[in-house]
Amino acid sequence: MTLSATDFSFVSGLVRREASIVLGPGKEYLVEARLLPVARQAGAASVGEFLAGVQQRSDPTAVRDIVNALTTNETSWFRDREPFTALTESVLPDLLRARAASRRLRVWSAACSSGQEPYSLAITLQQFLPAGWSYEIVGSDISSEMIARAEAGAFSQVEVNRGLPANLLVHYFERAGAHWRIASSLRRNISFQRLNLAAPLPSLAPFDLIFLRNILIYFDVDTKRTVLRNVGKLLRPDGWLFLGAAETTIGIDDSYERVAAGRTSAYRLRAAVPAGIAGMG
Amino acid sequence: MRLILRRIVGQLGFDVIEAEDGQAALTTLAGAEEVPDLALIDWNMPNMNGLELVTAIRADARLREMTLVMVTTESEQGQIVRALAAGAHEYVIKPFTSGAMVEKLALLGLVPSGATL
Repeated sequence: MTLSATDFSFVSGLVRREASIVLGPGKEYLVEARLLPVARQAGAASVGEFLAGVQQRSDPTAVRDIVNALTTNETSWFRDREPFTALTESVLPDLLRARAASRRLRVWSAACSSGQEPYSLAITLQQFLPAGWSYEIVGSDISSEMIARAEAGAFSQVEVNRGLPANLLVHYFERAGAHWRIASSLRRNISFQRLNLAAPLPSLAPFDLIFLRNILIYFDVDTKRTVLRNVGKLLRPDGWLFLGAAETTIGIDDSYERVAAGRTSAYRLRAAVPAGIAGMG
Repeated sequence: MRLILRRIVGQLGFDVIEAEDGQAALTTLAGAEEVPDLALIDWNMPNMNGLELVTAIRADARLREMTLVMVTTESEQGQIVRALAAGAHEYVIKPFTSGAMVEKLALLGLVPSGATL
């Protein structure tokens, strides 16, 4: 059964309001598929019946469940690989020089989903940083359910198969029943919080490196601009921003400059780009 | 399982040879004109198990370029460590998705990064 136009319009409006995510025409099937488990959990026979109930009365729990179901995405370890290769080949060497005095790096995984990205970043930093350096990673996501999962740091066997080399699995995880739990040496450097990137952000200390990947694609241009402006305020002037392969700041926010980073590209605040590095965009 | 693996690597462009167990695999390898690029090896096989097969392949200089991937339900941490120490390059725990297998092969440089089925 497909979703009625009224129900779809209700859900897309709600998700737009709560999470600034645009569900355009053609996403009816996605909405139905993602909401079916939520509807069943709530005791409704169908998505339509569930949504009828939600529309009749104010139900913050149901609203939160709908937002969670439609904003979570499958993810893998070291997703897309190139950004992680770029980190070890060029970005971290640059930051090692720039932060030689403090020997401390702050990193933000801004749409961290179930935690694979911040933990992949932690593994990369743990392996790369020389003795005497420390790091701190903040993982954030719009979905409270995803934040809880990321904080738990326990992954199924299907999840640990996704892009995680076996030598890293045995080094940085411990078996815990049917799951694999992240080692405490990684967990202690990471904190998680629920954040809506399109809303005014809380005051956080600025970051040397921000991963904001595969999230701008869900937003319209105005929201993209707001998110990039919000994120830019938390990026140190000589910091690095990584977007998803299909995302860019170009034509949206010209305070960023696209620069080469290994075999991929990253973004830096325009004033900070040294004269020797040519912009690519 | 062999059918699933055959389909996945076949779709990625590999020619596939199958062997019943570790011993049969060694016999096939000994008679092969070309050394395969990749072996997908289950842990639990009659006659010679996967760990023994990995060890035997690693002991044969002619086969040293082969990439060895364990594909198994055996998921104890110690078993993964043993397989890697014996010379397996990667370890895929069942159940897995075809996407996960492709990602593992990409990690090993056997298919392009970002390849999909």
